[in-house]
Amino acid sequence: MRSTSEPPSGVQGPLREARAEPLRPPLTRGQWIALVAVMVFVLVYPHVFTSPYARHILVMIFIYGLAAQGWNVIAGYCGQISLGQAVFFGIGAYSAAFLYAKWGISPWVGMAVGVALSVLVALFIGLPTFRLRGHYFAIATLVIGEIGYTLVANWEFVGGATGVWIPIDRDSPWTTLQFHESKLPNYYLALGFLAAGTAIVAWLERSKIGLYFRAIREDPDAARSLGVNITAYKLVALSISAAFTSIAGSQIAQYVLVIDPENTFLFLISILIVLMTMLGGLGTLWGPIVGAGVLFPLSELTRVWFGGTGGAQDLMIYGALILLISVFWPGGLVSLVRRLVGR
Amino acid sequence: MLEVEDLTKRFGGLVANDQISFRVDAGEILGVIGPNGAGKSTLFELVSGFIRPDGGDVRFAGRSIAGKRPDVINRLGIARTFQKLKPFSNMTVEENVMVGIMQHTSSMRAARREALGALDFVGLLDKRRAPAHGLSTGQRKRLELARAMSTRPRLMLLDEVTGGVDQRSIPGLIELVEGLRREGMTVILVEHNMQVLMSLADRVMALHLGAKIAEGTPASIRENRQVIESYLGAAYA
Repeated sequence: MRSTSEPPSGVQGPLREARAEPLRPPLTRGQWIALVAVMVFVLVYPHVFTSPYARHILVMIFIYGLAAQGWNVIAGYCGQISLGQAVFFGIGAYSAAFLYAKWGISPWVGMAVGVALSVLVALFIGLPTFRLRGHYFAIATLVIGEIGYTLVANWEFVGGATGVWIPIDRDSPWTTLQFHESKLPNYYLALGFLAAGTAIVAWLERSKIGLYFRAIREDPDAARSLGVNITAYKLVALSISAAFTSIAGSQIAQYVLVIDPENTFLFLISILIVLMTMLGGLGTLWGPIVGAGVLFPLSELTRVWFGGTGGAQDLMIYGALILLISVFWPGGLVSLVRRLVGR
Repeated sequence: MLEVEDLTKRFGGLVANDQISFRVDAGEILGVIGPNGAGKSTLFELVSGFIRPDGGDVRFAGRSIAGKRPDVINRLGIARTFQKLKPFSNMTVEENVMVGIMQHTSSMRAARREALGALDFVGLLDKRRAPAHGLSTGQRKRLELARAMSTRPRLMLLDEVTGGVDQRSIPGLIELVEGLRREGMTVILVEHNMQVLMSLADRVMALHLGAKIAEGTPASIRENRQVIESYLGAAYA
């Protein structure tokens, strides 16, 4: 057919005007100010709040923020609900910790190995289930999550239920990613990874891949009818998601220096990641970070109130949160703020 | 351009398409009529790859496409619209159209340029930045047309272009299909509105209970006894 790039005669005016518009509306003054303020805040924060605990909270928000950003890619943008993100988190944590503890391999390498393994597992889950309609993928991720937990908890080679203790090293902090003098390097490292992950998502939002992800989320059949290989693109989304979550897991391992199945592979971690994204705003660039910023301090509070891993009470609080978010702010906190600010 | 041979699809005991054969030549508009359950939608689903045939063959531009995936068939040059509209609701109108264009380019800027041309063609240029969920049914029909066109197809399968829209919107939609014809597009058109179909189609094929019962010019179909009995009724005789 004729190229649609040339309009019928007589309508050049509006079409020319439309074509002169920027691809996306530019940021408003308010948005620029907010962006710069946030950047200044996170860069200056650890120098103002110097206590280890104040820094610790932000480090954890950054690490979980990256994991939530990962879930945002597969669920928020691509519309595929994964309930087993803890598997990728666990694989990342164990790859970094185990390789270092066992053979002294740098956690940087362990992190890369974790990403590779997580992507392999993602393909293993996605290849058979993404061809099917309905909720097979969600159920498969749930099952894989439980299998991962049970497997690691009973696998003596990787420490079984007691997990992996990472040997202390004080000589080469940037090789072992162990910073014993101050949390400042941990802070900027976690911030750097989160910023990189968010930059990737920002790029995705503006790219062909991101456009395809959203089309798949909105209507997979329509996307297929327009030439989109939906299985391939869902696999891309899940792989990106797995990689982000795995890197977050590797960071946690090197940060807390002791990991076990409970603090890496537990279903609760998958739920926490889901909740952070939903609370902040599913399918929005800043939602996962905002959600992590609110929910991680909350989970710390429940730990203080209820002790240990929170028993079952924290699950009740999270359950209530899911309900509240779904009913009152389906768009999450980011959309709430947008509504309040007026755009 | 398209040759369909003995195409058959069964759903359990029901034969939805029973050895249907026909061909469409380049630049032609073929109308498909038949009562509900005649197998029109199944035929579209088969040709566009959304369901696999149990027998027969579909050849497009000389090669067999039966059983290929919908996205592969689309990239080969067949685009379709849906009877039950499928807009990407939470995406803007221009983004909806860009999805189809992206198979030809990686540049979002180039895709947007082309999308605006397609939106201008269907009269939705002023809605370009609106989310698709805000459009009326008639506007959504136009959006589906623009989206299908944007994949640069050689054959378009249009499922009830005027179905479910108010009377005032129908002439505009007919004009759009006429526009496609002027561009030399080959079209297969499923349509319940007989006046629309008779004015647009070069040839008409009638289906009944999964089988082809007649094929010919709109005038000859209108006078076909079997078609009158099974579908048109005495008013058209």
